[in-house]
Amino acid sequence: MNITHVLFWFLSVLALFSALMVITSRNPVHSVLWLIVTFFAISGHYILLNAQFLAIVNIIVYAGAIMVLFLFVIMLMNLNKSTEPKKNRWLQWAGAIAGLCLLLVLVAALKDTEIKGQAAQVNEGEIGLIKNLGKELFSTYVVPFEISSILFLSAMVGAVVIGKASPNPSEGRA
Amino acid sequence: MLLTIFWLVIEKLLLIGLIVSLSMVVAMYATYAERKVAAFLQDRIGPNRAGIFGLLQPLADGGKLFFKEEIIPLASSKFLFILGPCLAMITALLTSAVIPWSTPLHLFGQDVPLQVADINIGILFIFGVVSLGVYGIMIGGWASNNKFSLLAAVRGASQMVSYELPMGLALLGLLLLVGDLRMSVIVQNQIEHGWHIIYQPLGFIVFFICALAECNRTPFDLAEAENELNFGYHQEYSSMKLGFYLFAEYINMFISGVVMSCLFFGGYDIPFVNEASWGISQNALAIIGFLVMLTKAFFFVFVFMWIRWTIPRFRYDQLMNLGWKKLVPLALFNMIVTAAVILWLKK
Amino acid sequence: MTWLESIYLWNIGKGMLITIKHFFKKKATIQYPEQKRTFSQVFRGLHVLNRDEEGRERCTACGLCAVACPAEAITMEAAERQKGEENLYREEKYAAKYEINMLRCIFCGYCEEACPKDAIYLSQTFAPANYGRQGFIYKKDDLLIPDPVKDPEGYKKALGERAKA
Repeated sequence: MNITHVLFWFLSVLALFSALMVITSRNPVHSVLWLIVTFFAISGHYILLNAQFLAIVNIIVYAGAIMVLFLFVIMLMNLNKSTEPKKNRWLQWAGAIAGLCLLLVLVAALKDTEIKGQAAQVNEGEIGLIKNLGKELFSTYVVPFEISSILFLSAMVGAVVIGKASPNPSEGRA
Repeated sequence: MLLTIFWLVIEKLLLIGLIVSLSMVVAMYATYAERKVAAFLQDRIGPNRAGIFGLLQPLADGGKLFFKEEIIPLASSKFLFILGPCLAMITALLTSAVIPWSTPLHLFGQDVPLQVADINIGILFIFGVVSLGVYGIMIGGWASNNKFSLLAAVRGASQMVSYELPMGLALLGLLLLVGDLRMSVIVQNQIEHGWHIIYQPLGFIVFFICALAECNRTPFDLAEAENELNFGYHQEYSSMKLGFYLFAEYINMFISGVVMSCLFFGGYDIPFVNEASWGISQNALAIIGFLVMLTKAFFFVFVFMWIRWTIPRFRYDQLMNLGWKKLVPLALFNMIVTAAVILWLKK
Repeated sequence: MTWLESIYLWNIGKGMLITIKHFFKKKATIQYPEQKRTFSQVFRGLHVLNRDEEGRERCTACGLCAVACPAEAITMEAAERQKGEENLYREEKYAAKYEINMLRCIFCGYCEEACPKDAIYLSQTFAPANYGRQGFIYKKDDLLIPDPVKDPEGYKKALGERAKA
């Protein structure tokens, strides 16, 4: 049991615990904060796999930007316990069943995969470093990469169009 | 093996301690410098009663903050209320981890690099930590359970998220030049090929403006616009928790000065001379380099203050317009031109 | 606005030049408690009730100052001089009580002009500080100048540069 093991177990427990807290905490703001902790634990795992680039991008993009926007919306909506709507019983059942189905699919998919021969490259893998990742993205995976970038571009254009459209054009500010 | 690891840990811990205390002391005296600079720009003298030239003023201020009454609003969410300033402080101090302060020292028969961690994503690490700096403001603002705080927190957060984008884009041109994200390599590249400010003036201007916005400094201190929001996101804070927020701002300022001198002004490089040929010892060189670095950083801190006491605050829509409609296109333009020139030169 | 103006940089540069010029200018500060600004000869500060050379109070409680006062800050009560008090009061009538409310006073100096006996004048001390409002109502003890016979130094100091007597 060396320090990598200790870190691995610590991060795993942290990730699972905080992920559980995300769905069990009553206050939505706390949920978001726990989700951020989860992202940190996952970034820690990336670092253990020597994928520093992925780790930091995970933090910048998810923890630093997307979660901020989540927090934004939740803080401004001012969701309190008192304003929590009564949930439909059927909806709860549907959610539970959908979640179980997802779990089933995941277990079924992972059960038959060959994992014995693919030990994780702890501390020595080079693929997560920025140079290798860039080469890989722009050679092997260049088509999906470019397609996803076009997807983002169209999303951006869409956002601009929605933002521009004002019901009363005379009220539009310069 | 174990012994070397032990020594490495000791060495790094010492270095971390040194850098953290350096940042603290600099931040302390930055508050003093801020008041002095403000006074001088306004034809006044500024604090001069505590100690000679008022040099003990920061200690007096700190003591005052410590002895003030701690108030935690009843309706606040207590844990988050305390977490807010802690996060602000932690993120402010974390950034300095990847900064190469100087050339290695030579102690006890081995080279001791004056950099806590030379990770190969150096500059991205800074971006990551800076992007987390929002949480200190947001959590603090929300946990205070005060509408002004919340509004200020939302403003601060959206401003920081918006300005991170042009900041990153402005750096892309520089990274194209260097071809590495490691801070030490970025500095080394400038020592060999000249400072990046020569190649990337536009990138620097955009980066500088964004740095102002990221530090919540005037003219972008919308989160503390006291005429609209009373006091901003730290309205409900008192005592040292308020002190932490104010302190974190000054540490951020210092660190961003350091980062700017590392990225664009050659870090610990002395311009126009080849200090390696002076024939003085390695340790002396390292110390000189460190002082040069500090001088550059202090210059930027001064410019930050100079700007604060010159320029009025932007209106919020002006801020967003500047960020998204001016700086982002400028940064993109800079990146494309840099890329084209590099491609053309390589052919 | 042209595009160059709209990125603000040019005008910001001009503004910064102006402020940095002030950085090197001579500072206007006067280090107050140690260093004091010289007053003009006609400066009007706190009131002083004067005595004559023998240390007798000049005031005869005629009430002209109270009448002249536009802020109605002065109140007084007259009393008759008894036998044996000739060394205390110059005339037969004197002010037993004399109060100036410094919170009301506007330091116009009309009382000084109205006084036929040169008994009240406005000195060059100013900026009184106190914890309560009551402290700003100056009694006769607060206003009277030190006795020139018993305390000539204090008398001279209180008289200041506006010596009339």
